[in-house]
Amino acid sequence: MVIARNHIRATIRQRRILGLLVFSWMPFVVRAVQIYVASSFQQARFLAATPQTFREFLVQQSIFVFLVSMSLGGLIADDRRANALQLYLSKPLTRIEYIGGKLVVLLLFLLGITLIPALMLLLLQTMFSGSFAFVGANLFLLPAIVLFSLVQSLVSAFALLALSSLSGSRRFVAAMYAGIVFFTAALVQILRLMTGSRAWAWLSPRDVLDVVATAVFRGTAAPSIPVPVALLMIVVIIAASVAILERRVRAVEVIR
Amino acid sequence: MPSVVSLDRVSVRYGKQFALRDVTAVFPAGAVGLLGPNGAGKSTMLRALLGFVTPEQGDMRVLDLDVKRSPLPIRSRLGYMPESDAHVPGMNAVTFVAYCAELSGLPRQDAMQRAHEVLFYVGLGEARYRNLETYSTGMKQRIKLAQALVHDPDLLFLDEPTNGMDPRGRDEMIALIRDIAHNKGLNLILSSHLLPDVEQTCDHVVVLDKGRVAAQGPIPALKGQGAHVFELRVKGERHPFVAALEAAGIECASDGEEVMRVVVPENRDAQYLFQLAAQHRVQIRHLRPSLPTLEDVFARAVNEA
Repeated sequence: MVIARNHIRATIRQRRILGLLVFSWMPFVVRAVQIYVASSFQQARFLAATPQTFREFLVQQSIFVFLVSMSLGGLIADDRRANALQLYLSKPLTRIEYIGGKLVVLLLFLLGITLIPALMLLLLQTMFSGSFAFVGANLFLLPAIVLFSLVQSLVSAFALLALSSLSGSRRFVAAMYAGIVFFTAALVQILRLMTGSRAWAWLSPRDVLDVVATAVFRGTAAPSIPVPVALLMIVVIIAASVAILERRVRAVEVIR
Repeated sequence: MPSVVSLDRVSVRYGKQFALRDVTAVFPAGAVGLLGPNGAGKSTMLRALLGFVTPEQGDMRVLDLDVKRSPLPIRSRLGYMPESDAHVPGMNAVTFVAYCAELSGLPRQDAMQRAHEVLFYVGLGEARYRNLETYSTGMKQRIKLAQALVHDPDLLFLDEPTNGMDPRGRDEMIALIRDIAHNKGLNLILSSHLLPDVEQTCDHVVVLDKGRVAAQGPIPALKGQGAHVFELRVKGERHPFVAALEAAGIECASDGEEVMRVVVPENRDAQYLFQLAAQHRVQIRHLRPSLPTLEDVFARAVNEA
């Protein structure tokens, strides 16, 4: 907790990141106005929220998840640059606690721009409509918001931490992260055009999360890949990240 | 004297290369120097004791706790000053040291108070609100010492603490270490390849060479271990004479000057030098008994090893 508290304090002192966090709540404001207008004016009923509104909101937030993750690329990289790992691990602290501390920082900020605003939108919907009818009719919505926000944040947080442990430069980490996100998305598009098959979606984390979102929010669109494959890819990404962290987060780097 | 650290047949290997080979050593309470040339395995030994590297074989105990079984309780009672520059980026000195204290388990308020005290103690009181990235090499050494001291450990590991310091800074660091060991009563292990640093601060020494223990014991005992040391200057063919001395088991050290430093074994005396000189037709122009230094101990231990 000491690590997490220290990083959170240091992060919110950076105006650039604070500005980004505030800006990432803009879609929430827009959706809140939409819900208010739809609840208050008969003519604007077509704007009324549906379960898909929440799915779209969380998928839209993925751009901010990407930007916030990139801006926190130095979480482990900075420690590697300053040789701080040997200081941390000479204290009564395990490697799991160290990584856990860093993970908490990322998850807190990522859930703060996904889970919290999504839950607040659900709350606003109930308040503006003056009844629990919407929530009652869509009981799956609350667990769906929690589940998808968690999956989205966990995938980004683990992937970013793993990349952060690979370098001593936060810029390089951000470039690698952006490269992986954009390269895999572009690769899927190219393969799709070349083969005419949508099955390549498993290569792109963004497409994988889209499939999961559609499934969790009970969307009607046919998924490009089976949901179990998408879930398997998420497990693979997290497992690969854990393996990298296990190898890289050490007090002493032994080159054999 | 009770031991604070002990190693029993410890071997550490990096790939095919042994960094420590079958090392058995005992570090008694007080200030102990860990001496050895670069690459002797000093840092590896400290890292193994901290649990950073896992030995291939052997047992290690620190403060009566097994390193394998109790790494965290050991680290909570231990302060480590690493050899290389190390800090947490983006912090000033007081925040950094307080943060390290919190990581060691101190409550936040106590951590901050201790941080101020320790920074004044190591001589960084005036610079404690400066960002660490603006510190000079000497200041960085001091801040590393401060973070190692802040939680009031029972044992300190100091890895080359005077590296990169100017002579004045080095003297101040040595004085600090001496004060920690002799006035504050902390146990410490000082790893260094600089003999004067160890000689000025430590009571005991463990000499490592090529991953093995070459000598260990109290410094006065090691210095006076039988041998007689002389300063010697000769006139005549010097090389055959030096070869003869070495063949007779007498160590000769010369830094290119005329005066050699010779270590005569316990069972021989100065008379033997005269006999050898006469045999090789050289004149002894200068012969003066000298006090054995740690350098002699080190040279002897490394040569024997």
